[in-house]
Amino acid sequence: MPEDRSDLSPEDRVRIAQQFIEAIPHARALGMRVDHLGAGSAQISMPWSEHLVGDPRTGVIHGGVVSALMDTCCGAAVMSHPTEPRSTATIDLRIDYMRSAAPGQRITAKAECYHVTRSVAFLRAVALDEDGENPVAAATGAFTVER
Amino acid sequence: MVGDRNEPLNQIKQRRDSALKALVSGVPYMNWLGINFDRRGDELTAVMPYDEKLIGNPRLPALHGGVTAAFLEVTAIIELSWTAMWEDMESGRIAPDADVPDSLPRLPKTIDFTVDYLRSGLPRDAYARAKVVRSGRRYASVQVEAWQDNRSRLIAQATGHFLMPQGG
Repeated sequence: MPEDRSDLSPEDRVRIAQQFIEAIPHARALGMRVDHLGAGSAQISMPWSEHLVGDPRTGVIHGGVVSALMDTCCGAAVMSHPTEPRSTATIDLRIDYMRSAAPGQRITAKAECYHVTRSVAFLRAVALDEDGENPVAAATGAFTVER
Repeated sequence: MVGDRNEPLNQIKQRRDSALKALVSGVPYMNWLGINFDRRGDELTAVMPYDEKLIGNPRLPALHGGVTAAFLEVTAIIELSWTAMWEDMESGRIAPDADVPDSLPRLPKTIDFTVDYLRSGLPRDAYARAKVVRSGRRYASVQVEAWQDNRSRLIAQATGHFLMPQGG
């Protein structure tokens, strides 16, 4: 997202980020949508779908899907940072699964950079279903910052 | 190891392969990612054939970090279930069958999962093997490694904790 400049309007930033997401085959395959993009923060959501189920007895989505959404959201948060990184990659990501996501509900990830150095960004993220009060999962991660 | 020493070899293989198939085919997300398992005795290797939808960085190109995480997590869960059901399967107490959903063991639930990304995943097939480090009645700890062309050049490794299914 090299053209992502901080002097752009919020709508333009979301539009550019959505184009960025749609250029990622896996994000497109999961139907990800950029809801919000801040300065070092992002919100991305995706719909529940039958083929993403991890436990057929309950219809609960697989943890790996939540990982993919949070990883993408963290990457978008890094790219939205005012220092304008050229690119980013995950160094590590730890996910705590607090409860099962409700079947049939949209999943939303919110990520923010809580510290950024010259070469590393430290992130926190949560994943929510339509009950926005009780997170489904929480993550912390370190990402590369390519200048 | 229990079981009948004189059980015909093809029957042993058929029994183990169908139990593994039952375990794997019940999970829609694994089928969607295209993950399958290669079995040698009780040792499993997860295989994720390359597909364009697994790409996260189209410029390099590289596998999506979330796909790598999902691949590792799926491998850990299947290995854990497989290890947990092995004795019951070998002694004939259970015979998982994909066509009989109630015959399938309940899957462990992930408590937490930490992935180290060591190299970017190439647009090629990926492999993974998991090791159950400790499995108690309630909790289990599993390590898992993924690689592509060279077994010694890992693309990622992970460790996770799982809650074991209770009461069947």
